[in-house]
Amino acid sequence: MARPTCFQDILMALQSYWASAGCAVLQPYDMEVGAGTFHPATTLRALGPRQWAAAYVQPSRRPTDGRYGDSPNRLQHYYQYQVIIKPSPPDLQALYLGSLEAIGIDAALHDIRFVEDDWESPTLGAWGLGWEVWCDGMEVSQFTYFQQVGGHDCHPVSGELTYGLERLAMYVLGVDHVMDMPFNSPDAPTPLSYGDVFREAEAQYARWNFDTADTAILLRHFEEAEAECAATLAAPATDPRTGRPIVMALPAYDQCIKASHIFNLLDARGVISVTERQAYIGRVRALARACADAFLTTEAGGHDPAAPRAGA
Amino acid sequence: MADLLIELFSEEIPARMQARAAEDLRRLFTEGIVEAGLTYAHAGAYVTPRRLTLTVEGLAERSPDTVEDRRGPKLGAPDKAVEGFARGAGVAVADLELRDDKKGQVYFATIRCAGRTAPEIVAEVLERTIRDFPWPKSMRWGRGALRWVRPLHRILCVLSREDGHEVVPLVVDGIAAGDLTEGHRFMSPGPIRVSGHDDYAARLRRAHVMLDPAERAEHIRNDAANQAFAQGLELVEDAALLAEVAGLVEWPVVLMGRIDDAFLSLPPEVLQTSMREHQKFFSVRDPGDGRIVGFVTVANRETADGGATILAGNRRVLSARLADAAFFWENDLAVARAGMTKWTDSLSQVTFHARLGTEADRVARIAALARELAPSVGADPDLAEEAARICKADLVSEMVYEFPELQGVMGRYYAEAAGRPAEVAEAVAEHYAPLGPSDAVPSAPVSVTVSLAEKIDKLAGFWAIGETPTGSKDPYALRRAALGVIRLVLDNGLRLPLDRIFAENSGPLLAFFHDRLKVHLRDEGIRHDVIDACLAMTNADDLTLLVKRARAVQGFLDSDAGGDLVQLYRRANNILTQAEEADGVEYSFGADVKHAETDEERALFAALATERPRIEAALGAEDFGAAMAALARLRDPIDAFFEAVQINTDAQITRRNRLNLLADIRNLCVRAADLSRIEG
Repeated sequence: MARPTCFQDILMALQSYWASAGCAVLQPYDMEVGAGTFHPATTLRALGPRQWAAAYVQPSRRPTDGRYGDSPNRLQHYYQYQVIIKPSPPDLQALYLGSLEAIGIDAALHDIRFVEDDWESPTLGAWGLGWEVWCDGMEVSQFTYFQQVGGHDCHPVSGELTYGLERLAMYVLGVDHVMDMPFNSPDAPTPLSYGDVFREAEAQYARWNFDTADTAILLRHFEEAEAECAATLAAPATDPRTGRPIVMALPAYDQCIKASHIFNLLDARGVISVTERQAYIGRVRALARACADAFLTTEAGGHDPAAPRAGA
Repeated sequence: MADLLIELFSEEIPARMQARAAEDLRRLFTEGIVEAGLTYAHAGAYVTPRRLTLTVEGLAERSPDTVEDRRGPKLGAPDKAVEGFARGAGVAVADLELRDDKKGQVYFATIRCAGRTAPEIVAEVLERTIRDFPWPKSMRWGRGALRWVRPLHRILCVLSREDGHEVVPLVVDGIAAGDLTEGHRFMSPGPIRVSGHDDYAARLRRAHVMLDPAERAEHIRNDAANQAFAQGLELVEDAALLAEVAGLVEWPVVLMGRIDDAFLSLPPEVLQTSMREHQKFFSVRDPGDGRIVGFVTVANRETADGGATILAGNRRVLSARLADAAFFWENDLAVARAGMTKWTDSLSQVTFHARLGTEADRVARIAALARELAPSVGADPDLAEEAARICKADLVSEMVYEFPELQGVMGRYYAEAAGRPAEVAEAVAEHYAPLGPSDAVPSAPVSVTVSLAEKIDKLAGFWAIGETPTGSKDPYALRRAALGVIRLVLDNGLRLPLDRIFAENSGPLLAFFHDRLKVHLRDEGIRHDVIDACLAMTNADDLTLLVKRARAVQGFLDSDAGGDLVQLYRRANNILTQAEEADGVEYSFGADVKHAETDEERALFAALATERPRIEAALGAEDFGAAMAALARLRDPIDAFFEAVQINTDAQITRRNRLNLLADIRNLCVRAADLSRIEG
């Protein structure tokens, strides 16, 4: 394709590259998450024996990173591009490098390096080994071979790629401040910058995240999400209405995602002490584990429908 | 003889694991083949980000045949025993031999093991080495079960001889050994066929791979230093960073750039830490004013534009990073200028240890202790308390959150920004010191006071809750803290009554300190029994006094008179102890010269009369050297006394007087140190 001129060119280049590489191009998950990994297409699909290949954009929220739209590169809301392939193919590094070429990074001119960075998500009970990929000294992606998710060993192993889209695009486009980055084509009848789209939101959310979000309500929501997750998983495996086995791992996992995001908000509000922090992370992890356990009893999780089902 | 070349080609190996992995490969493989009977002349290991390489020269072609005679049961043993023996030895019963033995005829089995060829042994040992490789962290990939540090792609295993080479047949988890490797990922992609040692390194170099990590490091260091020098600047040496960077590249290309002027006002420690931690850049300074003005980055390739794009990219990333640092710095300065109360207040939210309260609790304890210690250190108690109250404030600053290793360093800048006195700011910066054995010990009184208070509070706290170091486990670095206190006290000649300062846990804590002190003084050549002899004296909690005493005693013992006097002291003590046991009394009445009967006795009385006041005066002045010298002057009279005088005479008055005289000497001998504890 022609050299990208705006943010969405890069996004679309990645979409078509990974589509041609054989991934199902999914859409973002419709909930607030801290990273693309939280999308059930990654967390839950990394579990169990079935093959999987998906790519998608995931809007991600990190309340503590808000800078009122002033920082050249920190945002409380940003986009991650996520690729997950199970089992990890032997040429995943080459596939990944092909994606950089697709967005206009010429490996003959740039210095691309794989630098050790082991990934761990204490809230998901997940870890993997891999690298952060550097382009001319900048981290452009995270490259991970999942070893464990929700406390379960991954068999086979998934390869996961995560691109920080804004940072990557700024680099490719040569923009120093994220808000100055062209969002659509600068030649469009209505050219919009990233700032035109998001500056206002960054300021509003920064204020809300840091100073006004009602912590009492958030704390209550956390408890409710936790309780609902447990209740959903505790329901009998057989649905009384249809008489079919329906384990509700996905709706339960939604509540886990919700609890995780609320925890991030409470953290940004500064009401969680260092000691409590660990306890909250442990509570979210317990939910993630329970959802992973449940997912493995579903067909998508590799359960053979002919085999006897526990509790059925 | 053959030469062996092994290369394990994988995805990028973490830099920090490379050196150890090369050594492990060499050790495990060579131990394995030697155990299997295969000898070799020399082995060398190399590592790059994508390969572990082992070369073995002068490898034997096969392991030797072996013959073992194994002794079995006696003739006439049950058939089952004989059959079992033959089975165990791997021979037929018919092949057993009867031989004469002291106790009659005995079955013997002759076990012949044919030697194996080098390829057989190499294949077996290499597979085991790969499967059991001690990576600190390893992983699986795809559908495989093999664990390696990152996905393993190729195994190269070639035996070469003068007349050609062969691939050692070997398959590990679906990866078949071959004679192919790959060059630089970007500059020379694609497989390369190699026939052995001779062309391997050369072909790799042509394919833009510098195999030897030492050569890569040397290349980087030289090139970086030269580029800096050419611009009138100097490279800030950093050996750990150099080793890491050499592990990130196969084809190092050194590029130097300048830091944007906008960031030159950041503290140099911030520039250096940010560049090192985030970018793995070396710092370059202006030798004129010592400021950090540039950076060196090491790329992994040459480019058509001479690295211009790469350098520009790195500079842009650095600017973004430093913009972050500048953001933290400005925010922190605002808090500091407002008096730092936002930080000191929020320390009550930070747990120091579940059972020792928050950082705020700890600061309150350190402040009280600093005030108490200040007079003994010669520090102003108000300044010491003030410094203690803000010494932990930077822990909750944004900069220290980002770069924990800057704790203390940032505290100084913020204390200065808050308008605190220079001594206070300095104490905040220095209160963690000394951290390691080579770390400088603070000498400014306020710094010393706060540093002592910080460490003593930590020690007393963890002793109070019973979390003391055991064996190699010391998670709170309490040994380091105790050694810190010892060095602060000794280097500054402080007189601290630690017993009173430690309060309720004084006994075990002092014992811990004394153990650390022995380790510390051992390097100085002071023996542990000398320290024991000094520890037995009063005020052993006064470390400065203790060490002064120990040095004098060690010096005394190192002299000729010292060793002799210890012998004489022992002799006197033995005679006295026996007499006291026999008589059931303690001889401490004082001897009287009027009961002296011989010249030697009178001479000893005279010598005692002369030296005793000198010893007393020297002890009063803590001049243990002089006290020991005076003691040493008693050696000849005591010696003569023992030569000439029979202690145990029938004349009871004379005998008692002599025993009392010995008691006087014994008492004098233990005034400077308890000589009974000296060994040898």
